[in-house]
Amino acid sequence: MSIAIAPRGNAAGLFVSTEQIARRVLLKFIRSPQLVVVGTVQGAMFLLIFRYVFGGAITTGGIDYVDFVVPGFIATGALFNGMYSSVGMAEDLSAGLIARLRSMPIPRSSVLIGRALADTAIQVWGLAITVGIGFLVGFRVHGSWGGALAAAALVVLFGFVFEWMFVFFGMIAGSAQAAQGFALIVFPFTFVSSAYIPVATMPSWMRGFAENQPVTVMVNAVRTLTQGGPAEALLGHPASYFIVRSLLWSVALVAVFAPLAVAKYRRG
Amino acid sequence: MKPTLEAADLVKAFGKTRALDGLTLAIDPGQVMALLGPNGAGKTTFVNLVATLLRPDGGTLHVGGHDVARHPAEVRRLVALAGQYAAVEPTMTGRENVEMVARLFGYSQARARSDAAAVLERMGLGDAADRTVRTYSGGMRRRLDLGASLVARPRLLLLDEPTTGLDPRSRIELWDVIRSLVTNGTDILLTTQYLDEADQLASQIAIIDHGRVVASGTPRELKRSVGRSVVEVHVRETAALDRVAATLMAIGDGPLTIDVPTRSVRVALSAGTTRVFAALQPLDDTDIAIDEVSVRQPTLDEAFLALTGTSKEHAA
Repeated sequence: MSIAIAPRGNAAGLFVSTEQIARRVLLKFIRSPQLVVVGTVQGAMFLLIFRYVFGGAITTGGIDYVDFVVPGFIATGALFNGMYSSVGMAEDLSAGLIARLRSMPIPRSSVLIGRALADTAIQVWGLAITVGIGFLVGFRVHGSWGGALAAAALVVLFGFVFEWMFVFFGMIAGSAQAAQGFALIVFPFTFVSSAYIPVATMPSWMRGFAENQPVTVMVNAVRTLTQGGPAEALLGHPASYFIVRSLLWSVALVAVFAPLAVAKYRRG
Repeated sequence: MKPTLEAADLVKAFGKTRALDGLTLAIDPGQVMALLGPNGAGKTTFVNLVATLLRPDGGTLHVGGHDVARHPAEVRRLVALAGQYAAVEPTMTGRENVEMVARLFGYSQARARSDAAAVLERMGLGDAADRTVRTYSGGMRRRLDLGASLVARPRLLLLDEPTTGLDPRSRIELWDVIRSLVTNGTDILLTTQYLDEADQLASQIAIIDHGRVVASGTPRELKRSVGRSVVEVHVRETAALDRVAATLMAIGDGPLTIDVPTRSVRVALSAGTTRVFAALQPLDDTDIAIDEVSVRQPTLDEAFLALTGTSKEHAA
């Protein structure tokens, strides 16, 4: 083809296109008050129920239940809010927005990276709310503040990790409603974990799963980092044990779900 | 002149279904090409191949001389897609939507701002530009979608069923906008199931069925290719339809259509229309109340049915 028509102007590079995609996801969140309010109220409600209703019946050894459960909520927030990512992605697909973006001369990765970054930023907002309510109902940092900062960094990382899974679910779900259903797959992982109760009370066959699955090690990493020695004694391992395992799980989850999400996006 | 788009023996299969089965088509610069066909004919599949959303399984497809399978990145710089749905973000304003697309096409912030303003004005959305899209009507959303596609000055604009689901007035408004594009160096590939839409907008029509082109030409040529004129008689009483049909049988050729809802009978004329009025004379001598008699060229609707052989109920 010797006389091909010259392409027009420039297309946006990775930075600008990622920024534009992320901006859109954030604007959509900020301008949908129902999402902001419902998400916040729901998170607060569960935290209050566990703190005051179930909490009295649960014994957590050397640390107060509030100090036990708030790290659980902080670390699993990404799993509850992840539903928003799945639904958002499914909506974009069925609304034809993804088709339009795929027909544009922009780096294809920017669409997924932009969404992942924006959703992670939304996770940080949810995290801040949870931490704020946690402090109001009596949660305190008993470990070092350096450890608490490291815990916060880990939680942001977990949010980014799970984002790839939720985006993938959103793409294969086909509709926003199905995406919401898909996101419920994570419930066994959040509840059959150490997030809300010590796994020691579970039947032994369940305990094997509960102790080793990613949510538990992530929760325990946050718990030991914020509560220090007493939490390490209760959980039977030092913080480093949980941190290393949670990082390994993070790498594994991204290694599985990011390529799946990218492949699905490319195929359309 | 180099065609803007050239498809040769294009094949795309989904499992065992061949959505495109040897489709061959060319669009020359300055054309509005309408792909006309029933649901499932392969229209959207073809548009998605041109937009690089799908890859062909066989045959070749070039846009602006670039092979879609081998150089999709070049093709994406030439085409813009406005889909069956208005792919705009409802929580953003019209202006924000168009500016985002302009930015994604690599325009600077300043250029995106000024070009978006110009496009919005042209789409008749100047006053609504700073309202969020969720306050827009369906027609406004489609116009915004179209504007977003246009802001990057595509060489080939792909409009996949642009007016599906719109009320008649919004439809006509959108038609006016689409017509005004042709003068701007943008070629258009439009799919539609609406025969009048193709007739209104297109300079070339390709009728597709089962993934291949069954006929193509200008709207006029297509109508003429179906040949003979049609005589149509509207009566006042449904009961009279049978007697009118019997009369028309004498001068008609091919299947006779009795349309009860509109109380009309029509048939294609045999070669040589000189005896039409003589043949209709007997009707005058009866007590049948006739509202209208017309002898006319076939409509695109009739051409479509004749060419595709689709046996769908012809009550429309």
